[in-house]
Amino acid sequence: MKKHFFKSFIENIYLFLMFLFLYFPIVILMIFSFNSIKSTSNWGGFSTRWYVQMFSDDALLGAFGTTITIAIIAALASCVIGTAAAIGIQGFRSKRLKGLINAVTNLPMVSSELVMGVSMMMLFLTVKIPLGYFTLLLAHITFCVPYVIVSVLPKLVQLDAGLYEAALDLGAKPFYAFRKVVLPEIKPGIISGMLIAFTLSIDDFVISFFTTGNGVNNLSIYIYSSVRRGVNPMYNALSTVMFILVAILLFIINKRSSSKTGDSPIGVLG
Amino acid sequence: MGKHLIEFKNVCKTFDDTEVLKNINLHIDENEFLTLLGPSGCGKSTLLRIIAGFEEPTSGSVCFEGADLCGVPAYERKVNTVFQRYALFPHLDVYDNIAFGLHIKKLGSKEIDSKVRRVLELVNLKGFERRTIGSLSGGQQQRIAIARAIVNEPKVLLLDEPLAALDLKLRQGMQLELKNMQRELGITFVYVTHDQEEALTMSDTIVVMKEGTIQQIGKPTDIYNEPKNAYVADFIGESNIISGIMKHDCLVNIMDTDLECVDTGFAPDESVDVVIRPEDIYILDPDKGKITGVVESVTFKGVHYEMVIDSNGFKWLVHDTAKYEVGSDVSLLVKPFDIHIMKKS
Repeated sequence: MKKHFFKSFIENIYLFLMFLFLYFPIVILMIFSFNSIKSTSNWGGFSTRWYVQMFSDDALLGAFGTTITIAIIAALASCVIGTAAAIGIQGFRSKRLKGLINAVTNLPMVSSELVMGVSMMMLFLTVKIPLGYFTLLLAHITFCVPYVIVSVLPKLVQLDAGLYEAALDLGAKPFYAFRKVVLPEIKPGIISGMLIAFTLSIDDFVISFFTTGNGVNNLSIYIYSSVRRGVNPMYNALSTVMFILVAILLFIINKRSSSKTGDSPIGVLG
Repeated sequence: MGKHLIEFKNVCKTFDDTEVLKNINLHIDENEFLTLLGPSGCGKSTLLRIIAGFEEPTSGSVCFEGADLCGVPAYERKVNTVFQRYALFPHLDVYDNIAFGLHIKKLGSKEIDSKVRRVLELVNLKGFERRTIGSLSGGQQQRIAIARAIVNEPKVLLLDEPLAALDLKLRQGMQLELKNMQRELGITFVYVTHDQEEALTMSDTIVVMKEGTIQQIGKPTDIYNEPKNAYVADFIGESNIISGIMKHDCLVNIMDTDLECVDTGFAPDESVDVVIRPEDIYILDPDKGKITGVVESVTFKGVHYEMVIDSNGFKWLVHDTAKYEVGSDVSLLVKPFDIHIMKKS
């Protein structure tokens, strides 16, 4: 009995320390976003002046707009492309070919963002597409697609292949059968994939850094370049807002995937 | 029986170098209950999927009402399928599952309504309109799958082992219901099964298949009483199959015993397969029958006893209403009419 108590005590301490190291810096940041003075080490009283300043900074709001529009378009586009790709992969008769394509789609998820970012930049320069909003969007769609595939594919594997055939058998043309029978069954996977894509796109810095240009900044790049010029507590406020936004999204994704089946697509986010 | 509704001519099907169907020639008549019978992997399901339009034959042609089916997509064919695992749409309720095909035909909602109700009555599931698929038992899902298919009034209903997932009692009930339904609706049923009893109970015509070839086509009684070869005899019901030599017309020798039979047309001393049904063998006291043996086991089967008689190493399977004790010496007798002689295959 005593031993058991001791063991669980150690376990709890370990867990506590783990979360402390993970979240303490963020908590500090959040607290200091409400600091009334510019210091990053002294507390001068509660104020929301950095939040007010943030929402009146045009360059920052512009970057915020870029981030959001890129995230929305990238999520929708990668969701369409990824779903189509997943259906194609599932359709392969050859097991070897299926495994190969799967491995190739998983590769961008495990390879370094630096490699992805630099290689995409090189590609855009080679084919002479000027770096800017469009290339940023293309890059975001590209790195989001594998995540959508990974979250849709398990739903397709679960899907009874007979359902699609049954719809055809009842007179449905292929697209109607897909829309009425297959889509409702894999919808949870598609939506999870879309949310993951949205979150990743908002969060991304490295790939964005290499693939944008021409003065187009998203939030993460904007913060990076501003912070180099000098720390302003306004970025504490901004980081707090972004952290909470992403946390809410992650919460929704996890809730969705855990309420449906055990296979959590968020697992791949590591 | 009416004219040919579906006609297979020299149909072959290959999947990645594996021949699944080899030169199939078959016709299916109007209002016929035809069963494709064979073990798993004999190509019977593939044949059904070719009719449904999910597979195209590698070579040969399939005609429907005289017109070639080649290139006609599944959704334009006047056939409907009852799938093995039902394939009901889980996100739709019973009503919307059944109405799926009717909506595609763009029927009015009143007409759809009356058709759905009528077909639910036919499968004895009145009042189940708003139930979800998940809340139904296996037997009920089975009925909904049938209802969803026949509500479209197909020319042919294709059934792919529809009763395989049901328990014995339910299965026997559904066999009769399906047969009645087929008579009532007057549509052609093409039924795939590996269960010979099911095939014998329901069919007008049975097609026995083996490794992609048709072994025999015939009425259930013909298939049972006059199996064309040892394979069919063995697959349809239980049989004793033993090698023999045809001495001359109407006399066969098995196990050094001459037996009278009714078969003719064999070469003198041709070696043959002799098939005898277990219920056609009479057990008598020793010296009264032709073949002697020892009772090895007795199993009570309800109507009859199933006995295994060891005769010089060959195990005879015999059904008899009288019981002989294990270990007792007996002799066996078979009437000439009940001895079936088959060419060695």
